[in-house]
Amino acid sequence: MVPLQSVCLLFVALGALAVVVTQDVVRQAILFSIYGFSLVVLFVIFQAPDVALSALVVGGIAYPLVLVSAIARVAAQRKRK
Amino acid sequence: MSTRIRFVIFALGALGLGALLVHGVVDLPSFGNYPGPYGDLIAKLAPKERHMVNTVTAVVFDYRGFDTMGEELLLFGAASAVALLLRERREEDVHGVDDRVTSPAVRGVGALAAVMLLVIGLNVVSHGFITPGGGFQGGVILASAFAVVFLTVEYRAYREIATTSFGEPVEAFGAGAYVGLGLVALGFGLSFLQNFMELGIPGRLSSGGSAIFVNFSSALAVFGGFLVIFSEYIEENMRERHQ
Repeated sequence: MVPLQSVCLLFVALGALAVVVTQDVVRQAILFSIYGFSLVVLFVIFQAPDVALSALVVGGIAYPLVLVSAIARVAAQRKRK
Repeated sequence: MSTRIRFVIFALGALGLGALLVHGVVDLPSFGNYPGPYGDLIAKLAPKERHMVNTVTAVVFDYRGFDTMGEELLLFGAASAVALLLRERREEDVHGVDDRVTSPAVRGVGALAAVMLLVIGLNVVSHGFITPGGGFQGGVILASAFAVVFLTVEYRAYREIATTSFGEPVEAFGAGAYVGLGLVALGFGLSFLQNFMELGIPGRLSSGGSAIFVNFSSALAVFGGFLVIFSEYIEENMRERHQ
């Protein structure tokens, strides 16, 4: 179990780094969903299925939707100017 | 500000943060070692005392139901704030909005996914005291079913089933029912939100006593809250596309 846990932790750390380093906001939003999914896997492996479910729906659907719609709004505003 | 001064400020901050991090990590219990008695006690007590098999939900909606009420009202506040900030002038007229999704395959799969999400959401909510999940997770899944309708089918279909005037009463009723259940317990001469009903057989869908209603009201509050937030963001975008 410990090797699996270490691999998961590594994935989460790399994912978080990738989100922070990325400059383009749309790519950042997509990377964030992937990072959110790696968090879900982490929670499952650390035997916290309740938290995994919350992370799955909030990190996978709710947060990216709000983020992407905000990005679309800003992009549309810029285009008009 | 010159680069040098910036670097000095950054170095000082990084040093301080690093020192705090090291200080915090040094005293942590070793990996995989759980020192506290509380979790073990709850895992042993909850099935006998509250007839709930999933002890996480037992803590969330029964033992610490009051804390969850705080979180519920937090989401309520967040949804209200989003509505307050974004809803300055609303376009009621949605004709002339171009719907980007035209592929029948995407629409078909999307509609199917929305129905499946609704069923999964209800399943997660109702089995809260038996399997992982509960009101919060199920509520967000239910709301995301509506978001999938918007993403894959079309905006007009979404508008028909989920206007903001649909999400708001659901959210308000859920949050109100949560507090109301606490007051009912007070009326019975018990503590706030204490379980006041027969607990049922552990592992059955009907087990959990009055915490079942707490679970369902939190599901409604979360479902409505997320629906309000989704709708406000989506409307905001549609107004932009409309102009």
